[in-house]
Amino acid sequence: MTTQNDLLLVTSSPHIHSPDNVPNAMRDVLLALLPALLCGLYFFGLPALGVIVSCVVSAYVSELLCLKAMGKEVRITEQSAAVTGLLLSFCLPPALPIWMAALGSAFAIVIVKHLFGGLGQNVFNPALIGRAFLLASFPVAMTHWSKPLDGVTTATPLGILKEATGQPLPHLSELFIGTVAGSIGETSAIAILIGGCYLLYRGHIDWRTPVSFLGTVFLLTAVVGTIKGGGIQYPLFHLLSGGLLMGAFFMATDWVTTPVTKLGRILFGCGCGSLVVLIRLKGGYPEGVAYSILLMNVVTPLIDRYTKQRVFGGGQSNG
Amino acid sequence: MSKATFKGGIHVTGHKELTSQATTTVAAVPDKLYIPLSQHIGAACAPLVHVGDRVKKGQCIGDVKNFVSSPIHATVSGSVAAIEVMEHPGGSFVPCIVIENDRLEEWHESIKAHPDPAQLSPDEIRAIVLEAGIVGMGGATFPSHVKYSPVEGKSADTVILNGVECEPYLTSDHRLMLEKSDRIVAGLGYIMKCVGCRRGVIAIEDNKMDAVAVLQEAARSNPAISVVVMKEKYPQGSEKQLIYACTGREVPVGGLPIAVGVIVNNVGTAAAVADAVEFGIPLIERYVTVSGDAVQKPTNYLARVGTLFSELIAQSGGTVGEVERVISGGPMMGKTVFSPDVPIVKGSSGIVVLTKPTGQSRTEYPCVRCAKCVDVCPAFLEPTSIVKLAKRNKWDEAETANVMSCIECGSCVYVCPAQIPLVQYIRRAKQAVLAGKAKAAAVK
Repeated sequence: MTTQNDLLLVTSSPHIHSPDNVPNAMRDVLLALLPALLCGLYFFGLPALGVIVSCVVSAYVSELLCLKAMGKEVRITEQSAAVTGLLLSFCLPPALPIWMAALGSAFAIVIVKHLFGGLGQNVFNPALIGRAFLLASFPVAMTHWSKPLDGVTTATPLGILKEATGQPLPHLSELFIGTVAGSIGETSAIAILIGGCYLLYRGHIDWRTPVSFLGTVFLLTAVVGTIKGGGIQYPLFHLLSGGLLMGAFFMATDWVTTPVTKLGRILFGCGCGSLVVLIRLKGGYPEGVAYSILLMNVVTPLIDRYTKQRVFGGGQSNG
Repeated sequence: MSKATFKGGIHVTGHKELTSQATTTVAAVPDKLYIPLSQHIGAACAPLVHVGDRVKKGQCIGDVKNFVSSPIHATVSGSVAAIEVMEHPGGSFVPCIVIENDRLEEWHESIKAHPDPAQLSPDEIRAIVLEAGIVGMGGATFPSHVKYSPVEGKSADTVILNGVECEPYLTSDHRLMLEKSDRIVAGLGYIMKCVGCRRGVIAIEDNKMDAVAVLQEAARSNPAISVVVMKEKYPQGSEKQLIYACTGREVPVGGLPIAVGVIVNNVGTAAAVADAVEFGIPLIERYVTVSGDAVQKPTNYLARVGTLFSELIAQSGGTVGEVERVISGGPMMGKTVFSPDVPIVKGSSGIVVLTKPTGQSRTEYPCVRCAKCVDVCPAFLEPTSIVKLAKRNKWDEAETANVMSCIECGSCVYVCPAQIPLVQYIRRAKQAVLAGKAKAAAVK
């Protein structure tokens, strides 16, 4: 059957593999972000397009330059830079000057990702640090919000809630559809839920993180709502407003910066949820999703360490 | 009916329909048979015959007086043409007795049916199992008489027959269960008697409900034997996962099934025990699946030990397409061979011939901590963390991370989107840990 010139390949088992790989997974994440992208473009128009394009292009170019400069193999194909850029643009105000957006994106890729060792090595979620960096550097531009479709300057729903200016709060259905002021990709709950469900269906994210994250926020705000007399409207308002859904489905489920154990993911979600409620109700900012996830990123190694699974048939797995 | 299973594991496309429906073909016996002197875990046999000797079918032609070993038998009548070193499907090179088939199919005088097998004592059954050269036929090839020997301070209450067959492509156990259900049930009875167990369980995955029905019918007369339906999941057939699914007991780390009162055998082993006890026939033939996308006519065979892989592939109509790999066993845990000219041994459940996979070549990406390996690991390890240690030669830390508990099922590698050869790194770490222990022992 075989001759000397027709040698067999000898490999170590297993000899078959699932078709999943990193580029495919990144493509799935991009696909899952598509509904939110379309909503953002529809509601906020050309300025939003400018921010999105500048973030993605800046992320791509920064990735390429970093790989070149560090003498690493150029494997931009994993599209993780595009995901970072897109995620960052989604949590920026639509009217942000595009050079600021590009700067934030470059910061995320160069400082947060590559200076920590590149793909798989970063401690913090690059997109969220990019946002935190921009908020610290350009606080005015980063809190300049506009109304969807007409672009008139206004406050975000959470801003209205925080400042208690007497301005009427938007109806829950508006939060669900996305016809409120806010970050480009974060206003439409339904669009984010569609994308999140797709990621769950494809097995790229674990249900434990979004469920524990959102569940914690719901429970805590329900308690506050009951005390304040806001009823069921109050926790639902918190669930649907700000960057919570985007954070729960796309940021807190980031593979690299969150725990690898199942119990760890639940703790991570609960921690994020508690911090969000704390910042929203007691902090100086109206919104706290980005900071809550970043703070939990810091304790991820600790969570992993203390939530090791028990090894089958034995004691504690303490690697 | 609720289906038994374990935690972790993966779903793999079975490709079992290629061979599961057709009745087993009795393979043509070739002119020359190559019988390795080592077809089991333990000491290799010394040849009992010389070149030129005439041998008869079923004659013992190799043996050694170690406890952990198993004799080998001539699988045809003929003459010893040579005793030479050749490739073994397990990946090593071992001496083989080459028998030239005289096509007389003459049985050796020692092969006699037992007049009253029901009267045999446990010790007598164990002696017959030893003489018949019976080893674990699921692939591990552990000598069965050793498994049936009493261990001080431990006793078994359950014998589990493994009819799970969770490896893709393989259907030899499936066909055996359909075609020889009475032999399996009889063999299980003898094993239970031999080890003094009152409970027998036959475990079958739910993708073989026809076999479940046939075995339930065959076991109807014996209330001590039950058939358990398992969820289709890889590696359901792995010994420790199987015991957990059937009994809820976890074999302790580093322990054997007997530690939780269980003895596990393959269904094929039980059928071989029945043939040995009742008819005195040693283990000289077995069911073998020949399948894979490169095989013209995938088929199940009843083949003599010593038949070359290449002979069976040729009997299946040869190959189609560009053959890349020939695997002894299934594609998840089987071993690729250097050449198809290797013999079927007692543990050969299948031959899987695969063409080159289409699409991109596999490149290793950095670990992205997706934790899919952690989610699927049936030993509850963190493969990615262990591999990070192994890559830096941190063997002590790998040992603390329980690297030795890895069952090498390969589920982590199968799912890894970064395409990291996790289990390969883990194997290296296990070897290093063992080498370190051996060195420490030598120093003492």
